[in-house]
Parts: sequence; C-alpha cells; structure tokens
Amino acid sequence: MPDSRASPLLRLDRLSITFDGKPVLEKLSLEVRRGETLALVGESGSGKSVSALGAMNLLPDNATVSGGRWLVDTDLATLRQRDWQALRGGRVGFVFQEPMTSLNPLHTVGKQIGETLRLHQGLSGRAARERTRTLLEQVRLPRPDELLDAWPHQLSGGQRQRVMIAMAIANDPELLIADEPTTALDVTVQQEILALLAELRDRHGMGMLFITHDLNLVRRHADRVCVLYDGVEQETGPVSEVFQSPRSEYTRTLLDAEPTGRPAPPTSRQPLLEARGVSVSFQRPRRLFAPRPPAFEAVKPIDLHLAPGETLGIVGESGSGKTTLAMALLRLVESRGEIDFDGERLDRLSGNALRRRRRRFQVVFQDPYGSLSPRLPVSDIVSEGLRFHYPDLSASEITQRVRTALEEVGLPVDCAARYPHEFSGGQRQRIAVARALVLEPELVVLDEPTSALDRTVQKQLVELLRDLQARRGLSYLFISHDLAVVRAMAHRVMVLKEGALVEQGDCQTLLAEPSSAYTQALVKAAGLSG
Amino acid sequence: MPLALSPIARRRIGVFRRNRRARVSLWIFLVLFVVSLGAELIANDKPLVMRYDGQWYMPLLIDYPETEFGGFLPTRTDYHDPFIREQIAEHGWALWPLIPYSYQTLDMQMMRPSPSPPDGRHWLGTDDQGRDVLARVIYGFRLSVAFALVLTAGSLVMGVLIGGIQGYFGGKTDLIGQRLTEIWSGLPVLFLLIILASLVQPGFWWLLGIMLLFSWLGLVDVVRAEFLRARNLEYVRAARAMGLPSRLIMWRHVLPNAMVATLTFIPFLFTGAITTLTALDFLGFGLPPGSPSLGELVAQGKNNLHAPWLGITAFVSLSLMLSLLVFIGEGLRDAFDPRHIQHAPSATPLTRTQPNA
Repeated sequence: MPDSRASPLLRLDRLSITFDGKPVLEKLSLEVRRGETLALVGESGSGKSVSALGAMNLLPDNATVSGGRWLVDTDLATLRQRDWQALRGGRVGFVFQEPMTSLNPLHTVGKQIGETLRLHQGLSGRAARERTRTLLEQVRLPRPDELLDAWPHQLSGGQRQRVMIAMAIANDPELLIADEPTTALDVTVQQEILALLAELRDRHGMGMLFITHDLNLVRRHADRVCVLYDGVEQETGPVSEVFQSPRSEYTRTLLDAEPTGRPAPPTSRQPLLEARGVSVSFQRPRRLFAPRPPAFEAVKPIDLHLAPGETLGIVGESGSGKTTLAMALLRLVESRGEIDFDGERLDRLSGNALRRRRRRFQVVFQDPYGSLSPRLPVSDIVSEGLRFHYPDLSASEITQRVRTALEEVGLPVDCAARYPHEFSGGQRQRIAVARALVLEPELVVLDEPTSALDRTVQKQLVELLRDLQARRGLSYLFISHDLAVVRAMAHRVMVLKEGALVEQGDCQTLLAEPSSAYTQALVKAAGLSG
Repeated sequence: MPLALSPIARRRIGVFRRNRRARVSLWIFLVLFVVSLGAELIANDKPLVMRYDGQWYMPLLIDYPETEFGGFLPTRTDYHDPFIREQIAEHGWALWPLIPYSYQTLDMQMMRPSPSPPDGRHWLGTDDQGRDVLARVIYGFRLSVAFALVLTAGSLVMGVLIGGIQGYFGGKTDLIGQRLTEIWSGLPVLFLLIILASLVQPGFWWLLGIMLLFSWLGLVDVVRAEFLRARNLEYVRAARAMGLPSRLIMWRHVLPNAMVATLTFIPFLFTGAITTLTALDFLGFGLPPGSPSLGELVAQGKNNLHAPWLGITAFVSLSLMLSLLVFIGEGLRDAFDPRHIQHAPSATPLTRTQPNA
C-alpha cells in the first residue's frame, strides 16, 4: 500500500443523526488518518459522542443515521449485523468514559480480555492467556501475571482504564475510538493514560478519534481538532492553528472560557471558622475471628482557619479526604478535634442546638443532578430551610425571600414553580446556591460545585460566586481538583494527599512556585495557562 | 396550586395506559368493586321503596313491624312471607332489588331441597343452607376487597414506618431491627390464628389485627433498601446540612422515592391478603359462620360435589378477581420499570416474571 498513510482511515461525509426526527448532528464531515489523533471537542449535548456511536451503528433504534461513512474502503452504511460484530472490537477498538462500570464485575480481567481474543481471533486456552499477558504488559500494568486472575474491583480507576485499553487494542484495530477516556480519572493519571494511548497509536499505526470536552488535553495530546457546537461543526484544523487563531466565534468563547480573575481581598482577619487537629477515621469491618484491623484514617489531624470574606481552596485528587474534611467541619460526619465557629465550640453541640446553628453554614454539592430532590418544585426546594429555621415567616414573606434569592443567583423569577429536571446543569447549580443563600449563611462549603459543568458555564458560576462573596462578605471553603477554578476563586490553598496536608499557603504563590513534588505534579498536569 | 404531575409520573401513566390488559382489568375491577359497594341495593331481602295505603316506606333504611302491613306480631317484617306479599300487592306496590335475597336470607318458599341448582329464581342456585349463591358472591367480593384494602393500608403504614426507620438510621438500629423482624417472621401465623379461633370467636377486626401483625414483614425489606440507598443521596445530605430534623427529611425527601418500589409491591400484597382470608375461611378459622365469604363457598363446593355450581362459582369468582388484580399489578410494575419508560414509544412488552405475591 503506497499511500496508506495519506488515505483516510475513517471518513465521515455529511453525517447527520436524528432521534425521533429531532436532529442531534448535522452534516458532519471529518477524516481520521493513520497515526494521527483527531480530537472531537464540544460541550455536553454537542453531539460529539453521538457522532462516533452513530458512525459505528451503536445507537438505539429510534435514531436515524444518514450520510456517508467509510472505514478505509468499507462502506459502513451498507454493513449487515454480522459484519458489524466482526468490525467492532476487531478493526475498531473502543475505550469508554466510565472505567468503573465498563468491566464486568463477575469475571476476572484475564477472562474478559481473553473473550475478545476468542471471538475475533479464535484464540483459546494457553495461547489466549499468553496474548492477554502481553497486552497487559503493553498497557504498562504492574504484575501482569497476578492481574490476569484479578477481579475488576481490586483495581483502581486508572488500572481499570488500562485494562479497557488492553481490550480495545487486543485485536490490533486500525481505529481506536476513545470517548472521554480520562474524564473520570485524576489529573496525574489522565496524563499517563493519554501518553500510553499516544505510544500505542504510534506503535500499532492506529488512527485515534479522541472525544473530549477538555481543551487542555486536546492542546497537548491531539494532532487535529474538530469543534462541535449543538450538533454543527464549527471548525476543523491542526491543533496549533485552531488554538492560535480560532476562526469561529464559538471556538473563541470556548478558549476564553478558562476562569480568570481573582477574588476580592477578605474583609477581616478575625477568624470565622477555626479548626484544630480535626481528623476523621472510619472503622474497617472485622473478619470473623480475626482481630479488628486498625481504623482507616480518611483525614489526619489538620488545623485550618478561615476569615469572613475569605476563600480557602482545598485541593487534592480523589481519595485525598478533601470532601470528608469539609463534611467533618460541617458536623455531617463524626470527627475528632476542635471546631470553632464564630467563637463557639461546634464539636460539642448536638441535636437541636446543632440543627439551629446549621443556618449559618451551608453547603453546595458537586452533582447538580443529584443534589435537588426531583419531586419538589424549585420554590419548595429553596424555601425548605426557611420554613424550618423561621417558622414565624408568613407565606408571602417566604415567597419574597425565595424570589430575592433566585434573582440574586441570576435565575428568572418564574422558575419557582418549575421542577429541577426542566433546568440545565448550570441552572441547577444556581438553584443549589440559592437554596444555601436564602438562609443568609456566613460560611458556604462549595464541594466541587463546577466540576460537573461545561467550561463556559463554570466561568459564569465562578463569577457569580465571587460576586456574591463581595456583596455579602461570605466565607467559602472551596473544594476542587481543578486548579484553574481554584486559582480564580481562592485566597489561600491547602493541598491534601491521602488525608494529610501536603502544603498550604497563598493561592497565587503556591500555584506559581509549588514546593512539594506532589503539588508540582498537580500543577504540571493541570497545564495552567498564563 | 393544582396537582402538578411530574413528567415521570405522566410517562408512567402513559405506559400503564398503553398496557391494554392492565387498563381493561383496572376498569373491570373498579366497576365490580363500585357495584359491590352498593350490594344492599342489588341483593337484598327487603324492597328498596314501598307504597302502602298511600304512604311511602323505605324498608331498606327503616325496620317496620309486621303490624304495619296487617300482620299480627310486632316483629320485623319478613317481606318474603306470602301473606305480607299479598297485603302489599293489595294495598300498593313495592320496588324490589335485582336479586331479592340478601346473603343470609334462607329461602323458605323453595320447593326443592337445598343445595338447589341454578334456575330463574336463584341464578346461581342456592348453597346447602338454602341461601342465594349470587347474593353471597356479591357480598363476599365486597368483604374480601374491603379486608384486603384495610390490611394493605395497615401493612403499608407499618412496613414503611419500620423499614424507613431501619434504613434511614442504619447501623445498630438496622442490625437490631433486622434481627427482630427475622425472629418475628419466624412465628407461625396459621397456628396463631387457630389458637386464637379456640379462644375467641374471630371476627373481621380480630382477623385483621392478627394478620396485620405479620403482613408488613414483606414490605420492610423493600422500604429499608430504598431508604438505605436514599439517605446517601446528595439532596438528602443537603437537607441535613440545612438542619432539617430527621422526620422531615424522611417524610419529604426519602419517602417519595421509596414509594416507587413500594407501590409496585402493593397489588401483590393485596392479592396475598385476599388469598389468605379465603384460605382461613375455607379451613373454618376465618370469619364467623354466616358471613358472606368466598372461602366458605369453596368449602361448600368441596363438601357438596354433587352440586357443582357451588364449586364452579367459587372458582370462577376467585380466579377472576385474582387475575384482574395480578394484571393490574403487572401493569403497575411495568409502568414503574425505568427500562419501560425509556422504550415508551415502542412499548414492547418485556419478559414477565411472576414476583412472589
């Protein structure tokens, strides 16, 4: 094959997809060549995953796919069911987003990889095991011999994703479709996985279609990029070109969407919240007749303080104990140590006395879809705390306060009668903020409030939160793994790892010149610009 | 504010309505139940309205002495008495119900030995004591459904309360609660009822009380599991962070979600209650003698094999009632099945597996 490198591996020609007549993708044309990575970028609902699934005939029956699609010279539009089964997993490999659910928990890793080998190459027994072992080595998993017989739950998220990749490349595919392969992983692990994918791509001469929402990853790991918005292609081109001089309006807003700016300086130095030696440990279950194993220390003793109008960022990867620490400070999980809130020992209160204080420290959770009860209208969700903490308020006063709170977070007034599912993720997060604000708290714990949102929406929420802080003198405890957002929100930062404090200090100084190796790795992986 | 149905609820109703068998069953059952609620108006041994000597009488509501109609004794009027009938025909008229027998009316004027086969006088024949079978079926249906309704409602309250507390608080509460319910469920219900029957004459409420002590056990596991799951949801944590007390959180946030699983369980609880009552009546440990009960009719059918109309009637009415309820239950369960909601436009019936009722 003389020009196999130049001829496209996957070619989509004006591919359109509709669901029950509703268009979700319009006339997308793209090419993936051998040995290159094409990134398909867009926000949630832009049609980026649907396009790949549609091209590979993986959509439910109510979807209609039209337009041309070719894999080298196979016309995919005319393929029959039997041919599809040979193609998927054979010539085309898939890596999906959720490594926790894409492996069958009831089979060992070796058996699951072996199954694709048996189906596509007819390997079985010793040969399959040998090949599986090689694959596990290729994806750089430690101790491949032991892992062959390991169960999925014994592996970490990153390891499972490596197993998924091993399955995807098991049959030497020509094309690898990676649909948000690293979104569920920690930033440092993300880098390793993407580097591995690039290495495998080069070694096997595959083409890679890399679907993601994260421009940072595109900048570093893709050759060309195709930007989608609302099912319509915005622009396509080499990464450097698109990032340097974006042609479409949307790409520009997307590139500008990194949260910028700094919070206003705190109003006072007198601490509002002070914690001394706060630690959380969970008892581990005891096996029959065995001595009880030592308790698991989720948070090791930590001191912190927070002034009115100040934001303390808490940074760390998953499992670092940052959420647990915040929940302990809110007295939502059992903890040891002293917690002072406005000169009062919070850790000594309980029952009704504690509940009455809760008005003053509120929380906004990560998942905007899970944190609002789906069965209550917005007005009830927001007013719930009011009705409990101020039972004397009349109905009209409550309505008035709810309305003020909703206005303050920038939601239309008429949304009070509607239900949460009618709102987008960003709007829901605003409702959650309104629910916290309506009680006029002094401290708000923000537990990854932006991580489930698109970049452009993140930026708006960050600006809203900063604005509210300036107006009301709120103190924030801001938990995030996203250093770009933390930089835009926090005055001071604490870095946690495995429940222990790694370092802390002024936000800008610390992110600019991290002193510990762990923070350096975090900052490097985040690839902060500017 | 008018009752606003969430779109999920609307889609579920849509799925239920598209299930033709469940929809038709629900309508038939509702019509039968409403009709049986007015059993006194359909099958009674007293006229509904009467005109006698230019005056209106309401025998259905008021007991008149026989002397009122030219009788000799100041006792309650037996409107089937040929003498009274003649008197009424002479002095006015009477509007009789469709079936002029109540469930315990003994037909004294019958020319044949009981049990007598179906004829124009008794559409489904009489039982071995000369009572009209159709009248007994109508009253028996009402009694069974009423018993099942009260029992289901009672079990629901107990089951949700106990399961909810176990699930929501978890930990030691859950552990101890679960062990206690396990011990409790080990008690033999049938023997308890038999022992009870030898101590007191078990009536409707006695039976209900005893059954209620045990029937909630099945619900506890379902509700407990739902509460266990829901207490870690973020909006429940948000409510806790807001300082709401546990009872409010359980009532407002957790219960509405637990109800989905509970609702699908209800039809099967319902059929279970009906079957148990029938079985007890059949064995003779149920409702007091003379009560209109389907179980007693089954027993009569067994004792009078030469009178097949007894057994056939009991069989048909019971199987009809239970089938209708099972079909409704299946429709409900499918409506609450999230897979069904996703595939609502095509509404393909999934494989039906019979849950333990």
